[in-house]
Amino acid sequence: MNGIATELIRIVVGLVAVAAFVGLNGLVLVYAERKGAGHFQRRPGPFEVGPHGVIQPIADALKLIGKQLFTPENADPFLFWLAPLLSFFPVLLLFVPLPFGPVLTVWEVDLGLLLILAFAGINVLALLLAGWASNNKYGLLGAGRAVAQSVAYEIPLLLTVLAIAFQSGTLNLSTIVSQQGSWPWQWNIVTQPLAFIIYLISALGETNRAPFDLPEAESELTAGFHTEYSGMGFGMFFLAEYANMIVVSGVCTALFLGGWKGPFVDGFWWYLVKVYALLGAMIWFRWTYPRVRFDQLLNINWKWLLPLATLNLLGTAFLMKVF
Amino acid sequence: MRNEKLDLVTGDFYTQNFQKGARENTLILNMGPQHPSTHGVLRIILELDGEYIVRAEPILGYLHRMHEKMAEVKTLVQYMPNMGRVDYGHPLAWNWAFAGAVERLGGIEVPERAEYLRVISCELNRITSHLLWWGAYILDLGAFTPIMYAFDDRERLLDILQIVTGSRLTYSSFRFGGVCADINDKFKELVNDFIPYMRTRLPMYKGLVTDNIILRKRVEEIGYFSPDMIRRYGATGPVARGSGLAYDVRRAEPYSVYNRFDWKVPVYEKGDAMARYLVRLDEIEQSLNIVEQAMASLPEGKHIVDKAPKYTWKAPKGEAYFAVEGGRGKVGVQVVSDGGKNPYKIKLRAPGFSNLSLFAEASQGTLLADAVAILGSLDLIIPEIDR
Repeated sequence: MNGIATELIRIVVGLVAVAAFVGLNGLVLVYAERKGAGHFQRRPGPFEVGPHGVIQPIADALKLIGKQLFTPENADPFLFWLAPLLSFFPVLLLFVPLPFGPVLTVWEVDLGLLLILAFAGINVLALLLAGWASNNKYGLLGAGRAVAQSVAYEIPLLLTVLAIAFQSGTLNLSTIVSQQGSWPWQWNIVTQPLAFIIYLISALGETNRAPFDLPEAESELTAGFHTEYSGMGFGMFFLAEYANMIVVSGVCTALFLGGWKGPFVDGFWWYLVKVYALLGAMIWFRWTYPRVRFDQLLNINWKWLLPLATLNLLGTAFLMKVF
Repeated sequence: MRNEKLDLVTGDFYTQNFQKGARENTLILNMGPQHPSTHGVLRIILELDGEYIVRAEPILGYLHRMHEKMAEVKTLVQYMPNMGRVDYGHPLAWNWAFAGAVERLGGIEVPERAEYLRVISCELNRITSHLLWWGAYILDLGAFTPIMYAFDDRERLLDILQIVTGSRLTYSSFRFGGVCADINDKFKELVNDFIPYMRTRLPMYKGLVTDNIILRKRVEEIGYFSPDMIRRYGATGPVARGSGLAYDVRRAEPYSVYNRFDWKVPVYEKGDAMARYLVRLDEIEQSLNIVEQAMASLPEGKHIVDKAPKYTWKAPKGEAYFAVEGGRGKVGVQVVSDGGKNPYKIKLRAPGFSNLSLFAEASQGTLLADAVAILGSLDLIIPEIDR
């Protein structure tokens, strides 16, 4: 009885902490993205609100919260407002099995990876609902793209993750981390370099980040699935996108980059450093590359990533069986 | 389309007309007048089958400002500022076409130095036009950063042009018989700095953007225009030169002093968006060559004739046509005068209008994203098309 109560309290506290972490990280990432974009583009980025514009994300958030929530004519109000909620809240659950540190995990689940993959799929449903319910042609096209893209990119993602699971013999992220060593040559990236690259590309596709940001391709579909959303409706999608980025980077860190283990002193700081390095790379990609075309996006997936990931998985399975 | 709730027919004339031809299972999408990649207020009605375009129809008139009609109520000198506003990308070409037509009509001689100054400022303006297009085009293809680099370079050029024209965007610095101001030492210094600087930038753009595999896949073999299509629609400029037609007004109907300089007309045979892209980037290089030679061989003399027409000047009866090569193609102005205070009629030939006509045919059967790539590769400036 006592044990269950402790577990419950742990989960509740953990979820609150995760919500706070996601919110704070959203602010930090907005700042990092805007500042990063600024410097990539030879301009200072946000500079007016606070020293070097550090309070800018808070001003942005206040602006989004303060805006009117507008439902377009002939839109389905229930589904229209369900979509942003559905896109944001399942993301919080994705943080539950992430091993931030040796003890800093909300809940160590044996099927942690499966949990993450299962709940990550809900995001697609939210995008589909958003595009469909807003009664907008651009939204509809964006939703169609989102579904095709997410379905396609989930498969290689799954296959690369499975390769690591084969190698480690577990789906528990904490165990996978503890099997890796502190130094970079003891990480899984050394044994699974191909899986790492495929994972990174699929993660970009899965989170709808540039160069794979087709569901919201600005120059083609104005804003894609969130064309009609204002205020926090848009804010939720925005926050969910950043939270998803943190999750895929977090999973990548745990699977390939040794998680919270690092040279000299292990700890959650190594985890954060690696996650932020991956996020920085994602921001860098976004401000460097043009957008791919939709058929090219699917070609990359079905003709390259999927066969390569399958081969990689088969190879891993074969080697695990032999040795 | 009939709106059941309101019991009335929705959509304007164009939409209704377009819908008559719609097949089943297609979606009619109104792209524009407010759309991020229609560069202003161009409107395109698309019939989509999935994401494939079945039909496309550009609709104009959202930025019609009656420039041609305005000419009939102004004297020729008063009309010059309009020429800076027809095409904000390359206004000096329009300045030149209009000034050239009036000079031809009035028999006004232009001093040699003024011709050189015109060449220098017009070519610098061409570079700003192509840089603006380059940045905006890559933006259409989804990369946000290059436009900032392009604007950084363009900013330096605007500073330079400000010295000779007095303004930064809507230039009206040409006069009948010359230009409004001579250049100074500051101008010479800035131009001489800019030419080597820009030459170092172009290889960087090539490495950073042109050779990028994603960009190449987006623009290569997209929007093919055959030479026959180019001739049928009367397209000119980089669009024609990207399809293997080496037509450049500066070479085909030489005007001013262009024949004295050593420069090439860049021509690419492939006729796709990439060819048009490369033509424009090469033209930046050629313009730099022309400016460099013109600055080196700038003759002494006056920048405007002594008795330049005042605003009450009446053009003799008759008509004259003058064409120059603008950033988008052949810019022509026809001036008809009945000997009165105001011109009887002025006809402006905008290259963008002909170039846009290619879009409907070329975009058929392509993806929506390709339509954006084709539209961008035409380098449209909507105020010029609507006039």
